[in-house]
Amino acid sequence: MVGSGAQRMRRALAGLAVLSLSLGIAGCGARVDDAGGSGDTAASCVDTSGDSVKVGLLNSRSGTMAISENTVYNSLALAAEQINADGGVLGKQLEIVAEDGASEPTVFAEKAQKLIQSDCVAAVFGGWTSSSRKAMLPVFESNDALLFYPVQYEGLESSENIFYSGATTNQQIIPALDYLKEQGATSLFLVGSDYVFPQTANKIIKAYAEDAGIEILGEEYAPLGHTDFSTITAKVRDAGADAVFNTLNGDSNVAFFKEYRALGLTAETMPVMSVSIAEEEVGGIGVDNIVGQPVAWNYYQTIDTPENQKFVADFKARYGDDKVTSDPMEAAYTSMFLWKAMVEKADSFAVPDVQAAADSVSFDAPEGTVTVNGDNHHLAKTSLVGKIGPDGLIYTEWSSGEPIEPDPYLESYPWASGLTG
Amino acid sequence: MTAATRVTAATRVTALLRSRYAVGLGFLAAAVLLFAVAPLLLSGFRLGQLGRYLCLAMVAVGIGLAWGRGGMLTLGQGVFFGIGAYLMAMHLSLADAGPGGTPAFMTLISSDGVPWWWEPFRSGTVTVLAILVLPALLATVLGLATFRRRVRGAYFAILSQALAAAFAILLVGNPATTGGSTGLNNFVGFFGFALRDPVNRQMLYFIAAGVLLLMLVVARQLMVSRYGELLVACRDSEERVRFLGYDPATVKTVAFAVAALMAGVGGALFVPIVGIISPNDVGVVPSIALLIGVAIGGRTTLAGPVLGAIVVAWAATTLSEQFPSGWTYAQGLMFMLVVAFLPGGIASLVTLRRRRSATPAVGRTA
Amino acid sequence: MDTLVTQIFNGLSVGSILLLAALGLALTFGQMGVINMAHGEFIMAGAYTAFVVQQALGAAGLSLLVSLPLAFAVGGLLGVVLEATLLRRMYHRPLDTLLVTWGVSLVLQQLARDVFGTAGVDVPSPAWLSGPVEILGFTFSRSRMFILLLAVAAVTTVVLALRYTSLGRRIRATVQNRQLAESSGISTRRTDMLTFFIGSGLAGVAGVALTLMGSISPNLGTSYIVDAFLVVIVGGLGQLRGAIIAAFALGVAQSWLEYSTTASIAKVLVLAAVVAFLQFRPQGIFRLRTRSLV
Repeated sequence: MVGSGAQRMRRALAGLAVLSLSLGIAGCGARVDDAGGSGDTAASCVDTSGDSVKVGLLNSRSGTMAISENTVYNSLALAAEQINADGGVLGKQLEIVAEDGASEPTVFAEKAQKLIQSDCVAAVFGGWTSSSRKAMLPVFESNDALLFYPVQYEGLESSENIFYSGATTNQQIIPALDYLKEQGATSLFLVGSDYVFPQTANKIIKAYAEDAGIEILGEEYAPLGHTDFSTITAKVRDAGADAVFNTLNGDSNVAFFKEYRALGLTAETMPVMSVSIAEEEVGGIGVDNIVGQPVAWNYYQTIDTPENQKFVADFKARYGDDKVTSDPMEAAYTSMFLWKAMVEKADSFAVPDVQAAADSVSFDAPEGTVTVNGDNHHLAKTSLVGKIGPDGLIYTEWSSGEPIEPDPYLESYPWASGLTG
Repeated sequence: MTAATRVTAATRVTALLRSRYAVGLGFLAAAVLLFAVAPLLLSGFRLGQLGRYLCLAMVAVGIGLAWGRGGMLTLGQGVFFGIGAYLMAMHLSLADAGPGGTPAFMTLISSDGVPWWWEPFRSGTVTVLAILVLPALLATVLGLATFRRRVRGAYFAILSQALAAAFAILLVGNPATTGGSTGLNNFVGFFGFALRDPVNRQMLYFIAAGVLLLMLVVARQLMVSRYGELLVACRDSEERVRFLGYDPATVKTVAFAVAALMAGVGGALFVPIVGIISPNDVGVVPSIALLIGVAIGGRTTLAGPVLGAIVVAWAATTLSEQFPSGWTYAQGLMFMLVVAFLPGGIASLVTLRRRRSATPAVGRTA
Repeated sequence: MDTLVTQIFNGLSVGSILLLAALGLALTFGQMGVINMAHGEFIMAGAYTAFVVQQALGAAGLSLLVSLPLAFAVGGLLGVVLEATLLRRMYHRPLDTLLVTWGVSLVLQQLARDVFGTAGVDVPSPAWLSGPVEILGFTFSRSRMFILLLAVAAVTTVVLALRYTSLGRRIRATVQNRQLAESSGISTRRTDMLTFFIGSGLAGVAGVALTLMGSISPNLGTSYIVDAFLVVIVGGLGQLRGAIIAAFALGVAQSWLEYSTTASIAKVLVLAAVVAFLQFRPQGIFRLRTRSLV
């Protein structure tokens, strides 16, 4: 038998544990339906008294997404350096607090909270996957802070606390479909990774196709990180569609295109329209495997404007001649200048002031002039379809000509009315 | 290692565990630290982080029992953690949607509304019961199925790993019902209490701390009981236990089920504290990562897994904030060196010094 | 008919990749009970060897032929270093080897990230392996054909070596009864080291083959390690023929299920089938019969 003293001690401790449980349950905090509560959102702790102001960069520096997000981090850092060299924002130098999102939504949420509550940053720039954005959204909303998200995404979202500097669906996917239709495609095969962006994108594509009389001959999803595409490409070949719409993510693209080419399918016989492959990814896939295939974005390194020539030259000077620039990098770079313009227009770093000043702020970005839509916090952007050239760069093939107003809920498209319900 | 040294090693550990002095004092210190010191010293954000570590520590207590004591190397605790977490998350999403409502994320991809297997979890009582029962039940079924067929050692480890892989693929592949790779998040309330209120968040932390202490009490009772001896015997020589007339399958299944229960509860508390659960938190890699803390702390001891899990999780946060790539090296090296050269973990250093013994108290765990 | 032939070929092809990845594991796990989670990273090392060789040589065809033996050596050396520094002291704790080697795999992955960058790199296939080849009116991928042949060659070599060389006899003796092998004068330490060299070297060869299929990134190994272990477990300990049957069975099952359902569901179904299978044959397809009490 164990000594009675220890036994008593143990009972006391068990009692303590139970007590703390009941204490917790009978807690005296606010109920959900209380209007105010005992301590609603913490007041912003952003310090603007000194001659510098903190901004947070939250990108995956480790894990599977680091491949893409490191490049966004680089272009954000470049933007901050240029802004600082130019006198800062409202005369204050930007002080960067960088955090690693580690490619995991949970980490993104926690680090966003840290940046806002512990580091007291004025704004956060970053995120890549839809998962990371959706994980951070409640954090920014409940703390009333600002996130600038630089990547094209599946739309059907808008938040007071997020500025989306990448394309929404009507600036990328719909123009891409318009282009394919123009080229005479009457049937499509959909290939995507098994997660939220491809699933939502394909839902939109199917609605569009029904309206436009395009036949969808198949829809295939591969698990994230899937590396064997023999069966999926066999299905694609057997279906014999006019074109393939590809929303695969990351490494899967490499395996898919290698397999595609090994079956003798090419851009001439059955083009593959991709919306997640930019200059950065072409090298890893291998130019030979993907040359001539169409992609849809809002920016290519080859765009011939003075702003872009400067951006590309600055980027190469800072990070090396072998580096390329891509759409998400450009969107991230642009987002920091847009924030600067909003703050200067508001003459304040306070979130409500910046939100109020956001509407119709514009910037001559490398991709062309972009303008903030104050209602849905997206940008009016010009849509471009490009083709991958033998040098691995992407050349504009088709352009919408003028900036397209962002419409994340596709309200101006009658065929999309069933999507948001 | 001969049978004789193994027996003395086991007795030594038991003796240490039984020294009421050490245990009572340890519990008291832990209670004071968790309930008084931490809330005073830490900001709301850091306290929430500590709450998350405590949830992981709950899983570690279970792993210590199943692996350290029972010799079952489970690489699939993420599954049980995930079931608990997703059950809780489903309930919170449904509660936020209101009676008969549909959680917002579901409408994004499909328009089918709430699937039938979500419906029971509108009720808080059903959810809490399910969290307590389902992971343990699944573990019992799996345990009986595999241990009766004498699947053990590496086979069991890899099977449990395959299970974790399948679980994560299923979650990611069904975004309309599980939130896909994003998982479930954006919870407003927790059983009627607003999650945005710092007072409620502190209460959640206290609940986690209380539950962890309770689990430690349960684990200790199990360890020093007759059952605990039998479990260690199964680990060290299953055949011998069978010759003595016991059924090792049942003995091991009980420990596996208790470990699953603890993981499930840890997962359920993780959700309101962290505010999100995603497949990234439950797959193959996080399931193995849960073992790191246990191995480093000392798998056979009571406090080792808990302290190990908390310290490793804390180090992951703070070190990765400063050196993202350095942290991965540190983690890998720590794991390599501790398991290879100090199989008893840090706890064995303490035991060694106190007992002046040369043999670490870890037997063959195959 | 067309679909049938294509899918059987695809199944065999997936199986051959699994087999290449698992062959080395079957050797080391079978002989020493070591669960080498870093095997996936040895595959990765082989793939990066192919990349480096191609950067140095330029010509795609020549570099592929050069990198096969070189990757074998690189993988093998990594394996020997691992065996000599860490695993040697752990043969009485086989489960712990799983954890130690997992730590090794973390370090190797990060090392690859720091050396080669996080972005995937491409190793262009030589012209004679690009595109399709037509046989009896059916089109097959040349690179898959090559991998199938490579797998067959690797298995044949290993089987012949096990059967007819003195090293092979030593290995088989050690697998069947370590104590008895030792007492008949076989240096099991040296045998272990050689087995590890060969097993890890085969991982390197598998890595070169994978460069023909997909991207080479630091995460390459993690995509194959779970499947490779399943092959070994289903096949049965210490049994090469078990691993061969298991690899092709899993490959064909995966391809067929994927064709009739989706890739995700196929993956889950295959995993479930493996769990169910082990209920009936907990020791795998073939069971090693020895008189030693395990």
